[in-house]
Amino acid sequence: MLWLCLHLPDLALEVFTRGAPAADPLIVVYGRGGRKRRVAICNAAARCHGIRPGMDLNAAYALVGALQVCERDEESEHAALDRLAAWAGQFTPVVSPTPPQALLLEVAGSCRLFGGVDRLRELVRQGLAELGYRAFLAVAPTPLAASWLAHAGREACVSRQDALVAVLATLPLACLGLAVEQGRTLGGMGVRTIGDCLRLPRDGLARRMGPELVDIFDRALGRIPDPRPAFAMPSVFTGNLPLPVATSTVEGLLFPLRRMLFELEGFLCAHDAGTCFLTLSLHHAAARTTQVGLELVAPSRDTVYLVMLLRERLERIALSAPVEEISLHVTDLHPLAPRNLDLFAPVQAAAEETLIERLRARLGRGAVRGLDQVAEHRPERAWIYAEPGCGMAIRNGSGRRPRQSACAERKAEGRKRPLWLLHEPVPLEMRDQYPYLDGMLALGRERERIEGGWWDGLDIARDYFVARSRQGARFWVYRELSGEHRWFLHGLFG
Amino acid sequence: MSLQDLMLGAEVWRAGAASDFARGLPSGFPQLDALLPGNGWPSGMLTEILIPCLGIGELQLLLPALARLSHGRRWIAFIAPPHVLYAPALAAAQVDLSRVLLVHPRATADGLWAVEQSLRAGTCGAVLAWPAATDTRALRRLQLAAEAGRSWGVLFRSGQPAATEGSPAALRLQLVPTPGGVDVYILKRRGGWPVGPVTLDLGLDHAMAMPASAGSCA
Repeated sequence: MLWLCLHLPDLALEVFTRGAPAADPLIVVYGRGGRKRRVAICNAAARCHGIRPGMDLNAAYALVGALQVCERDEESEHAALDRLAAWAGQFTPVVSPTPPQALLLEVAGSCRLFGGVDRLRELVRQGLAELGYRAFLAVAPTPLAASWLAHAGREACVSRQDALVAVLATLPLACLGLAVEQGRTLGGMGVRTIGDCLRLPRDGLARRMGPELVDIFDRALGRIPDPRPAFAMPSVFTGNLPLPVATSTVEGLLFPLRRMLFELEGFLCAHDAGTCFLTLSLHHAAARTTQVGLELVAPSRDTVYLVMLLRERLERIALSAPVEEISLHVTDLHPLAPRNLDLFAPVQAAAEETLIERLRARLGRGAVRGLDQVAEHRPERAWIYAEPGCGMAIRNGSGRRPRQSACAERKAEGRKRPLWLLHEPVPLEMRDQYPYLDGMLALGRERERIEGGWWDGLDIARDYFVARSRQGARFWVYRELSGEHRWFLHGLFG
Repeated sequence: MSLQDLMLGAEVWRAGAASDFARGLPSGFPQLDALLPGNGWPSGMLTEILIPCLGIGELQLLLPALARLSHGRRWIAFIAPPHVLYAPALAAAQVDLSRVLLVHPRATADGLWAVEQSLRAGTCGAVLAWPAATDTRALRRLQLAAEAGRSWGVLFRSGQPAATEGSPAALRLQLVPTPGGVDVYILKRRGGWPVGPVTLDLGLDHAMAMPASAGSCA
């Protein structure tokens, strides 16, 4: 067993500040209901002004007038830790959140895959930086030892159990997280470090401090097992990120969005999946939430790609009010093969959809379509918009390609069809029973009679001709066989 | 830098070396291929086709090349087509409909953006567009995008002024309708001077019968 502990010292602060690159002085305070409110943690800008953790809120206000104050929100810290656990699922299947500020990963099995424990630790560190978290990462053969090292800010990497005692001995007792009285008693005995504690007679220590303390050391040193509850990976992704300062610019939104999509990428990686549908909600202070749905042709989880698509979408959206918080919801997971490392594999197939999605993200879904034909006599019904690439009809939904019989194909060969069809036939002016459009139209000798449609009530009866205009354009015109025998322009031989 | 070095660089074009062009897409019309640099439509470049009006066989001219392209892996994108592109006619010309991509942008700026993206993506064999309005800067962007994506960009432009103004497009053609097809005037080509007309028969030769009473009007 080899445990990697991620200790997040600034988690209480980061749940508020992750949404923007740098913020104005911001503090998180604790103490509610009549108790004195004190600074739990402050950001770098506040620290520059002399604000320190533990300081009274009024004292902090005295130092900085324009101070942003957030109430400590343990619930969202907990949620953030859970989401981080889901993200870390890409590195190992055994993840265990250890509230309030730590996360344990069992990495013995995945070291090889990621190229060694140091490389893995570097990957996790880079990922955390992308997500906007500062962390101490320590590796040890037992979960407690890894937690203590990380908590003490020692980024050690201990892989052998027998080396543990020497490494842990120098750690201060504070990183054990003992009860106040226990700490005081030990302090009174002159015990400052774990090493001091381990040197004490075992039975005496158990008698004075209770058997739990001896147990803790046994677990930390691997003498007795220390099972950890495994994190149950959620099957849907729900993330939210408050913005420190309300923003209505696309750039301002993209920054937190990138962090959230990176979180999503880790989550999807852990599931070996991609998604085809993302719902982004932009929450405003007073106005109704703006919902942005992004539909993809093929499943994806690539942060850069999704950011690119969402940028196109967001640039088209007029926001009613500044955005206070964004949230992302993904329920639709599709299996996606792990990254393809084949040297000769064509990347073409993936890129093919990129274009469609990029165009759709900006122009709307309906603006990008494919084309298909339908076995129909009536010219205006012989074609259909389809999903690009598959030639599959959208409207009948059956997904079957309309098949033409050999007979119909043979018939179609002899028939001249224009490359341009007008959306609606345009009535033509008539002079002496003949069509007129900027001059008389010269009609071809061939006549094609098309009748049909009695079965669905939209029957037509027309005589089609090829006509040539004075300018040299060739038209496809027809004369109604019933009623007023009017002439219509129906297509152009482009 | 010696003269020798200069001549070896790709920046200097010599009239005698017109055969150096990358092989183009056969247009299906040998008379036309003979005049086009690379003996075919230039892939990775912008082609401008000037037409007096729609419906003179301007698509028919490209169909053999499009049919051939559609059997490859890349898209054939039609951006802002003025009318419905009629699927049965395309299929009859052996164009694989599953490679056809139709884009209907609402605004002109979106149209140019879509053309540029499609050209640049590298996944479109051909991009045909009917821009409402273009300027030289936009055309230059499109030409660069076509080079980047190795895509054949075709812009259809109607109206007389387009013929006289300069354009960064690598190939410019003007079509004039004739009874059986079109006359193609090459206004600009790489590695050559304007030539034309080439008379192409597009198989549009329908025996026309003027309405007897209206012969004098035409």
